[in-house]
Amino acid sequence: MAAQEVRDADLRVDGVAKRYGAVVALGGVSLSVAAGEFLTILGPSGSGKTTLLKVVAGFEFPDAGRVTVGGADITDVSPAKRNIGMVFQNYALFPHMSVARNIAFPLQMRGVPKSEIDRRVIQAMALVELQGYGERLPSQLSGGQQQRVALARAVVFDPTLLLLDEPFGALDRKLRESMQLEVRRLQRRLGLTTVFITHDQEEALVLSDRIAVMDGGAIRQIGAPDEIYDRPADDFVAQFIGESNLLVGEIAAPDRVVLDGGTSVTVRGLDGGHGRVRLLVRPEKMAIDSATNRFTGTIVEAVYLGEAHKLRVKVAEGVELLVRGHRAVPTGARVTVGFAPEDAHVIRGAG
Amino acid sequence: MRRVRPGRLLLAGFAVLVCVFLQLPLLIVFPISFSSAQYLQFPPPGWSLQWYERYLNSPNWLTPTWLSLKVAMATTALSLLLGVPLAFGLTRARFWGRDAIEKLSMAPIIVPTIVLSIALYGLFANLKLIGAWYGIAIAHTLLALPFVVVVVVAGLRDFDVNQELAALGLGASRWRAVWHVTLPQIRPSLVSAAFLAFISSFDELVVAMFLGGANMTLPKKMFDNIRMEIDPTIAAISALQIVLVSALLALAARFGRGGGMPGR
Repeated sequence: MAAQEVRDADLRVDGVAKRYGAVVALGGVSLSVAAGEFLTILGPSGSGKTTLLKVVAGFEFPDAGRVTVGGADITDVSPAKRNIGMVFQNYALFPHMSVARNIAFPLQMRGVPKSEIDRRVIQAMALVELQGYGERLPSQLSGGQQQRVALARAVVFDPTLLLLDEPFGALDRKLRESMQLEVRRLQRRLGLTTVFITHDQEEALVLSDRIAVMDGGAIRQIGAPDEIYDRPADDFVAQFIGESNLLVGEIAAPDRVVLDGGTSVTVRGLDGGHGRVRLLVRPEKMAIDSATNRFTGTIVEAVYLGEAHKLRVKVAEGVELLVRGHRAVPTGARVTVGFAPEDAHVIRGAG
Repeated sequence: MRRVRPGRLLLAGFAVLVCVFLQLPLLIVFPISFSSAQYLQFPPPGWSLQWYERYLNSPNWLTPTWLSLKVAMATTALSLLLGVPLAFGLTRARFWGRDAIEKLSMAPIIVPTIVLSIALYGLFANLKLIGAWYGIAIAHTLLALPFVVVVVVAGLRDFDVNQELAALGLGASRWRAVWHVTLPQIRPSLVSAAFLAFISSFDELVVAMFLGGANMTLPKKMFDNIRMEIDPTIAAISALQIVLVSALLALAARFGRGGGMPGR
């Protein structure tokens, strides 16, 4: 496809705010997506992620703030003139048009000559491996095939930006995983700057160059997947992404925290000071018979996950720890669990 | 063995009764239209096509027929032209008084036709619209509009607005999005609306009596015929009308089906 250069556009969102009556959907959100980057906006429903996507697509106009693509301010530009490809949650394929006509639609709207439309539609169908499906109606396709059509339709006109609004939600698990990888491959191949919306943290970790975690109309943290997972900025991020143990305590000395239960634990990278902290320890970092930071308790729940065992260990009144490991331990057994000092991530401040 | 519940049986019996009641007039009208007698008489003493011949050879009948067709077609076009945009406004736009306007658009159904006719007579007399075919068409549009609005509003409420957003995002202007994406998908509603508008005008008597002046629509001519002479010509016309409406219904069923259903 032609016009490779227009694809190298970056997206900047500056202080975008949107309210519906008394409800603040977006409270001054800023973020930038580099050219060719795959950025995921991750958040629960009502976090404002969909509103943000609609503002970028032009379906909603912000009360304040600017949106620029490739340096051009598009805040007041109509959606039809933004040249942004979008895949909707339910794909929004036109049910009365064949696959080929669906894909041709954006080209027709741009007045592309008929012969070139035919050529590019065939190219786009090959790109998503749907050769020979041109005459079918969307209703005659499987969910995965419908999604490919939606994807082909969203990229056939060389958009500057690709927006994906929870496109995998309707697919079963296996198909979802293969479609995720396929989308990622396609995105890399076309070098498309992509913003992907999801509430599924696993999906976000798998696909993204960077993840922006949203809640309450604001971005809580933005960073690479491992950064978000290993060093969450706050409790919300820690608990929204993956499973976590959050231990609350008080700084006692450099690298030393006294938990509210009285247990003293050793951590790394805490240079002293005072105040409340929370320690995040992922379940897979918890180990039975650990050498350091030990807790003794009773197993109240043991779940076999196939690739691992998940244990819920009650170590004190009201305090339960999640442990993920390879040892099968029956419910009711007494165990000692703990974690290495470097495996605790310290979140400062009161929760 | 499936047990037949008494409730079901009762329902089936009732349904059959209603059907018979609805079909009974046809069983009278059709035979009479082929009658060889000179008066309305049942059962007919013999068979002939004389009443159909009389109808098809008489300008007294054909002129009102063409007038009625013309008025009905104009009414259909006019009520769609007004009703479809109105339905869009009522389903999409958020503005003060929208509910009131939606209720108000039903008013022509609620107001007795005779009251409406008298009021229109006064107005149209001033506007010199009495006796003009387009005067009747305008009045019929008023009567047909509620049907069009109700049916198209229902169609638009079922329509996924994301479809239109998708079209906008793909580069369509609002007009082209509506033309290429929305209207084709609510086609069943549009066809039903057109059908109802056509029938409501083609069959209408009261307004046509007030506003027609010397011009006679087909229902008015039939009414006069019944009062003056009573011959089986009106049975023949009724039979033809029934055939016409049935044909329109069949067409509506054929072209009123949705294209593809949205995938789930």
